[in-house]
Amino acid sequence: MNIFAETIAWLADPKHWTGTGGIPTRLLEHLQYSGLVLLIAAVIAVPVGLFIGHTGRGRVVAVAVAGALRALPTLGLLVLFALLAGSGLMPPVWALVILTVPPLLAGTYAGISSVDANVVDAARAVGMTELQILFRVELPNGLQVMFGGIRTAVLQVIATVSVVAYLPLGGLGRYLFDGLVLQDFPRMLGGSLLIAGLAIVVDLILAAVQRMVLSPGLTLDSRGSHKAAEDLTAAAPAGAAVQGGTP
Amino acid sequence: MAEAMIEFQSVTKQYQGGQPAVDALSMSIDKGAITVFVGPSGCGKTTSLRMINRMVEPTSGTITVAGEDVSQVPAAKLRRSMGYVMQSSGLLPHRSVLDNIATVPRLNGVPKAAARKRAAELLDVVGLASVLGKRYPSQLSGGQQQRVGVARALAADPPVLLMDEPFSAVDPVVRDELQQELLRLQRELAKTIVFVTHDIDEATVLGDKVAVFAVGGKLAQYAAPEEILRAPANDFVASFVGRDRGFRHLAFNPADAVTLHPVTMVGANDGQSAGRRSGEWALVVDTDNRPLGWSSPRDGAGLIPGGSLFRKGDTLRRALDAALSSPSGLGVAVDDDGRVAGVLKAPEVLALIEEVRHHREDAT
Repeated sequence: MNIFAETIAWLADPKHWTGTGGIPTRLLEHLQYSGLVLLIAAVIAVPVGLFIGHTGRGRVVAVAVAGALRALPTLGLLVLFALLAGSGLMPPVWALVILTVPPLLAGTYAGISSVDANVVDAARAVGMTELQILFRVELPNGLQVMFGGIRTAVLQVIATVSVVAYLPLGGLGRYLFDGLVLQDFPRMLGGSLLIAGLAIVVDLILAAVQRMVLSPGLTLDSRGSHKAAEDLTAAAPAGAAVQGGTP
Repeated sequence: MAEAMIEFQSVTKQYQGGQPAVDALSMSIDKGAITVFVGPSGCGKTTSLRMINRMVEPTSGTITVAGEDVSQVPAAKLRRSMGYVMQSSGLLPHRSVLDNIATVPRLNGVPKAAARKRAAELLDVVGLASVLGKRYPSQLSGGQQQRVGVARALAADPPVLLMDEPFSAVDPVVRDELQQELLRLQRELAKTIVFVTHDIDEATVLGDKVAVFAVGGKLAQYAAPEEILRAPANDFVASFVGRDRGFRHLAFNPADAVTLHPVTMVGANDGQSAGRRSGEWALVVDTDNRPLGWSSPRDGAGLIPGGSLFRKGDTLRRALDAALSSPSGLGVAVDDDGRVAGVLKAPEVLALIEEVRHHREDAT
């Protein structure tokens, strides 16, 4: 039997779909870690991104910091946090938050600043307050670009959260690390497929959400009044997945 | 003397390290009238307009609206009390046309249903079909977007409208339409309108009074458009008003006294060669006597398109243009239904112009 047939057999084995080490449990753990990381990162990144996008202030600093953070190696940061802060759930979560803030921040900022300056000027001229401009004009019109950053960040987190199994915690990353130790390659490949599948499904769901929340007035627009997302949003989730998924 | 609605008291706007954009501007803007700010780029006309609703804060000086110093009113509240129309329509791309029009009433706390109902009425006021209410701005033409912009500005029924080159990005035909529409609206609504343009023609068509700005933010002349064309205050105004000002000025004189002559009229079917047969220009008309074109006496070229039409009640400018633009040299005059009423001749229009001039000289 070759490795692909063995992997399919591993995935199809009912034993692997039950119990504390079963695929549904690991999947749920994986989603919980990812959700926690994204939630904390969003609480930090979105308000800062909105502020920078609306006022234009602090843009240079934010770009520099975001770029520097992105250069940090995932696994190194994770081990560092575990060594400094001890075991448990939160140290690896904080390490991942640091890696997730840059794409979210850049996406939010790029979305807000992509809104046509004439539209913002008109909103101000008809008597909107700055907060009304931000939430009723810039946010809904910047959403299309913002979604680019959000989806990048989510994919990156789902791929990278696998590394917490190294500490050792749960999640789909378990199959990778355990498989490596046990030289059980079908288990490793099966785990990788599950992570990739989860990322694809979540991205499809986000694409559907994006279609639902975007005003038809924006998607009908064929004249390209929205600037493309700036360089910062173009993160490399594929690289992160390789880096985090196969240590 | 009309009542003043907006007053500038030695208002100056100076950006850091530059010439003043607006230099000690003092003027008073009449209530219920259209006042046009006109001038070349960089003359401070838009800056002056935007200081009225505090989109730009003056460096020094005071602006009052209905007696109240605008700097004492919170900016957002002040802006909601005035309509604002800009060059690019500035409509919110993510909202439907109806919701765009309802923007200011919604900000003022009017319930959604009531604001939308009012918005639907306004669509009609600005001459748009009600089906357009559900569309989004990107689905409208430039002219339609500007109409929606005007409707949005009118939605909260503000006494003051600020219009910043609202018609300069649409094609000339649509611009002409929008100008006439604005004048029609203004006859019903009698708002205090401040209108910025760089086009002297637009200024003289729309303005009850025209303020000509010179580069450096100085007011060069502030008078009725007729006076600005007839008696420019200085060389700058004269050159800005342009070489055609004598011709434009004719637009302020009615041509009621012009003589209409009978003309040979032929039907469309047998008329194409009527000119050659009779040896003189013949006017080709349809079965309702509406002009279609001319038939030349010289060759059998068929139907030659006519010039501009003179309607009863039009001005000397239109009369002269009708005569000069006609291939036969005969300007076609039509009645209110578009039926031919006769033709007019350029020398006679010129004689009438002379008469008007003598009359004015006698009066002064």
